[in-house]
Amino acid sequence: MSRSNTLSQIHTQIMWNRLIAVVEEQAQTLIRTAFSPIVRECGDLSAGVFDLKGRMLAQAVTGTPGHVNSMAESVKHFIRHFPLAKMAEGDIYITNDPWMGTGHLNDFVLTTPCFHKGRLVALLSCTSHLMDIGGIGFGPDGSDVFMEGLYIPMLKLAEGGRMNETLLAMIRANTRLPIDTEGDVYSLAACNDVGCRRLCEMMDEFGLTGLDDLAEHIIHHSREAVLAEIARLPKGAWSFRMTVDGFDQPIDLAATVTVSEKGIHVDYTGTSPASAKGINVPIAYTTAYTCFGLGCIVAARIPNNAGSLEPLTVSAPPGTILNAPYPLPVSSRHITGQMLPDMVFGCLRQAIPDRVPAEGTSCLYNMTFRGPSADKPGSKYGFAVTITSNGGTGARPAKDGLSATAYPSGVKGTPVEIAESVTPLIFWKKELRPDSAGAGHTRGGFGQRIEIESADGLPVELLAAFDRIDHPPRGRDGGGDGAPGYVGLASGLRMQGKGSQPVPPGERLVIMTPGGGGMGDPRRRAPAAVAEDVRDGLVAEETAHRLYGLGAAAE
Amino acid sequence: MQAGQAGPRLAVDIGGTFTDVVLEADGRRWTRKVLTTPAAPERGVMDGVAATVADAGFALADVDMLIHGTTLATNAIIERKGALTALVATEGFRDTIDIAYESRYDQYDVFIDKPAALVPRWRRLTVPERVDVKGAVRLPLDMAAVDAVADRLAGMGVESVAVALMHSYANTDHERRIRDVLARRLPGVGVTLSCEVCPEIREYERTSTAIANAYVQPLMAGYLARLEAALAAGGFAGAVYLMTSGGGLTTIATARRFPIRLVESGPAGGAILASHIAAAAGEEKVLSYDMGGTTAKICLIEKYRPSAARSFEVDRAARFLKGSGLPLRIPVIEMVEIGAGGGSIARVDSLKRITVGPDSAGSEPGPACYGRGGTLPTVTDADVVLGKIDPARFAGGKIALYPDRAAAALEATVGGPLGLGAEMAALGVAEIVDENMANAARVHAVERGEAADGHTIVAFGGAAPLHAARLAEKLGIDRVIVPVNAGVGSAVGFLLAPIAYEVVHSRYMRLDGFDADAANALLREMSREARDVVAAGARGRTLTERRYAFMRYVGQGHEIVVPLPDRALTAADRDALQAAYDAEYRTLFARIVPTAAVEVLSWGVVVSTEAPLPAPVADPGARLPAAPAGRVAVFDAETGERAEIPLYVRGDLPPGSALAGPAVIAEDETSTYVPARFDARIAATGSIVLERRA
Repeated sequence: MSRSNTLSQIHTQIMWNRLIAVVEEQAQTLIRTAFSPIVRECGDLSAGVFDLKGRMLAQAVTGTPGHVNSMAESVKHFIRHFPLAKMAEGDIYITNDPWMGTGHLNDFVLTTPCFHKGRLVALLSCTSHLMDIGGIGFGPDGSDVFMEGLYIPMLKLAEGGRMNETLLAMIRANTRLPIDTEGDVYSLAACNDVGCRRLCEMMDEFGLTGLDDLAEHIIHHSREAVLAEIARLPKGAWSFRMTVDGFDQPIDLAATVTVSEKGIHVDYTGTSPASAKGINVPIAYTTAYTCFGLGCIVAARIPNNAGSLEPLTVSAPPGTILNAPYPLPVSSRHITGQMLPDMVFGCLRQAIPDRVPAEGTSCLYNMTFRGPSADKPGSKYGFAVTITSNGGTGARPAKDGLSATAYPSGVKGTPVEIAESVTPLIFWKKELRPDSAGAGHTRGGFGQRIEIESADGLPVELLAAFDRIDHPPRGRDGGGDGAPGYVGLASGLRMQGKGSQPVPPGERLVIMTPGGGGMGDPRRRAPAAVAEDVRDGLVAEETAHRLYGLGAAAE
Repeated sequence: MQAGQAGPRLAVDIGGTFTDVVLEADGRRWTRKVLTTPAAPERGVMDGVAATVADAGFALADVDMLIHGTTLATNAIIERKGALTALVATEGFRDTIDIAYESRYDQYDVFIDKPAALVPRWRRLTVPERVDVKGAVRLPLDMAAVDAVADRLAGMGVESVAVALMHSYANTDHERRIRDVLARRLPGVGVTLSCEVCPEIREYERTSTAIANAYVQPLMAGYLARLEAALAAGGFAGAVYLMTSGGGLTTIATARRFPIRLVESGPAGGAILASHIAAAAGEEKVLSYDMGGTTAKICLIEKYRPSAARSFEVDRAARFLKGSGLPLRIPVIEMVEIGAGGGSIARVDSLKRITVGPDSAGSEPGPACYGRGGTLPTVTDADVVLGKIDPARFAGGKIALYPDRAAAALEATVGGPLGLGAEMAALGVAEIVDENMANAARVHAVERGEAADGHTIVAFGGAAPLHAARLAEKLGIDRVIVPVNAGVGSAVGFLLAPIAYEVVHSRYMRLDGFDADAANALLREMSREARDVVAAGARGRTLTERRYAFMRYVGQGHEIVVPLPDRALTAADRDALQAAYDAEYRTLFARIVPTAAVEVLSWGVVVSTEAPLPAPVADPGARLPAAPAGRVAVFDAETGERAEIPLYVRGDLPPGSALAGPAVIAEDETSTYVPARFDARIAATGSIVLERRA
């Protein structure tokens, strides 16, 4: 190999690392400037750099796997609507179309053409979750997408450097939080600007006039690396079914994973039809969480880009809940979509059992409350808040599941003291839930028991959106199921997992998050590990005896 | 405080491998590196101190002051060698430290491990009681239950107890009453109250900090007592101060109460040094760059003041991944630390990419070129193969180097899989580690609302001067300063630190309900607490005080720091606070939110002795052409060939000396590499200044 070749080989790698740094910097800019708390606190955003064919070259790793492929696809839609030849410096394009963006109206996607020395060289794109986009609010209660808020088709947010004031006025007029929402739009625009600036600096440093060679290198090497991982897998097709609670009736999810030399395809034929309520999933979001599940098992160390995603393909019959057509309601698509890594795992564990966990909670237990507050007499909704909490994840080969941990979402929980500082609520308990973990050779993670009451003796409304209450995470290979989720009152009333319900004054709301499924025969679990859980009060002695056979030998 | 100090002063920094000692007297410095003695660290300290004092021709009795920083507390946590510790918490909140953030620090890895708790669940006991967010008692403390807890703790034989109750920052009464009972019932057992060590909102961080403090307290108290005794036996009659993670010094008495504030004291010393170098050079925007054997630490210094933060993570389970460690809420100097040091190991991944670190070869077996059995190539091996390190002069000639072993390791692990020779592989490794540091610096800067370009790098630590110029190029930086004694920079920084103490206390207050009396009462109490601590060591020196508030828009998640006047507040200050908040917010985020209400979450007070920064020192006008001591063959990245370039010896270069790159400037503890695009000169302060040619 010639000297200049080897030098350029090193430079190419540096530039690839630099592109990843560019998108991470884009994401940090967004986190720092965002108004939306779910962006700042929980990382519900994404950012990426794309070549002129619309191929994603690098993407920031953030808290939301749901943006992985969906954002990658959205840039192709942008290029279709705004041909490259007509793109101009200072343009910014925007949409929140759930079927061309990331699956619900709350996510705004902005794409900015990046010019270097007067030449269009790349596209920068980013997306984040805005807190309010009008309609009936963020929840599954709508019966079509129009009820869910303002719908922005593919439009120019800025043209030649001038902001589209008409569009901004429309946005401000259609949200309960006009200041925050407009602020978030500017924040997204700034995020792409930073990315573009850094990209141009890199091109100057390395004397590049275009990204074509670098793009080919990244895409080729990433695709080859994923294919090399796939080559190590057994070939064949594996199917799996799972039932989840749904809105008002159970939903059957069915998947077939086919591993071939060319790649991995996941098909969801056999899945229930779309729901009348907003738990439906556009195909881009289905693809995103499916590929995330595949990525975790098959290619965890390979960065996301058009090359690494290319061998992973997804299909679902139109009209099913996993390929919901326009204009079905899709606001809470994450309730259904976040179950999909468990579907992928269910198939893959038949092929590579040692690399795949058991089923977990796979549902954020976001507790959304609103109601009157003693601070604001006369107001119907003196406060409204979403408090994030989680159940246990599934047992892993050779390791227990994680207790009270989000998966597949990557968001953070809300501290109790912070929740109490912004609401008239008082928490009486937020602890691990003993005996909630599915028993096994390795056990699931534990869920939580949470008890909440109004501190002011006022009524509170719970906007429930919980799953895995009727259908808990299942154990595998002889492992036990995780405990199902539960919503009710301390006085005994059992409540619904989804929909708005009152918590009367003086009553304690009890929410129990599910435990993860166990794996393998519990009687093969190391007695010391069982004894440790018993000593820690997480497994009752009776349970240890009955399920794990602890002390059986001594009798 | 360095002004007017007549007697000699010692600084001692205990690191993982080496204990660095610096003695300063009559404007001169003597330095030593001795091996750390983990079983009884005071032995290494005493050996190093004795040797250094002898070098300077003094006796220990002549020394006026000893300033000490140590990684012992950090290591006790990382190695889980602290005390048998228990937690007393509010009933219903036994698992705060297990529930933690409820998130995963690595999005794609389904096999992550969370850090093991310092206190297992069976030693976490609860008592019925509840204080609300405003400090009102919702459920009185059940004293019978406290007695029962004391019985159980006695039965467990615990050595240290942390008490962390809900909202205890707002009402400390329940925690204090529990301590009274425990002090009576468990004599000799240390008790840490969360309302004292971290009186701040957010139960996980506060509990984690209280537990970590309790966990290291017996060990640190024992060590400090032994050190005091050893020093006294050696004839030492001066004062001992401890370096804290916040960059201020504190007394032994305070260090015994809050040993958790001593973690990361070494890097804090480095940042203090960098801020003084910045002031002497008149550089208002500095990027402090400390690269040692295992990590690189990067810290922004604006207007000669390192940026302060209030949280830190210790023992990251996945090394250096944010979110994988135990959070500590203590005053710290904000910096980013990544696994990029001289010992960081290079490999090729499945995508045929060179990776460097985060794991390190450490000192055993060490880099392949040490010839101690290491076969994996490291950054130091790459530097040796490229010719930037002169094998004959490494560590003042005390450690022999084997360049052929470095080349063999690089060829086997990196060159082979990529079809590269040893030199190109070495170049790739050096470029990747420089790029990793540049990327970390860029993201760190943007997290602070800054851009890295336009700063000047101050480089210290054994490996930094070798890589600083290339890092500067990658960041668009034109100037690099390598201070005198760069290899023991942290200990030098200890000598420059003020005696200081910071108290932060949460008390919620909306600006539209501004209560000047309540704020004054709290600030007065905090000021008194901080002044008591500082006065104990200040020996009559003038104290300064800074006050500030942590504010945000109602409903936001992150606070910004707004300065308060150093006087009693009045009702009229409400508007001034709003204006100060708006100004600060606009600086950070470009635009304010005009209609949103503002709230104060926490209040802070820092009391400090005056630590005057040096005035800018003018550089000698004349440029003396420097005389090389020899030539070294260095592999050139531009040409891809090895070329003979001049080698200079730092000690031979007086202020005013000037030279052009490419060149290597060697000294005992490190070498400075001057690339072809840079000029170098020696400033009046003795610092090497590298400047990129236009």
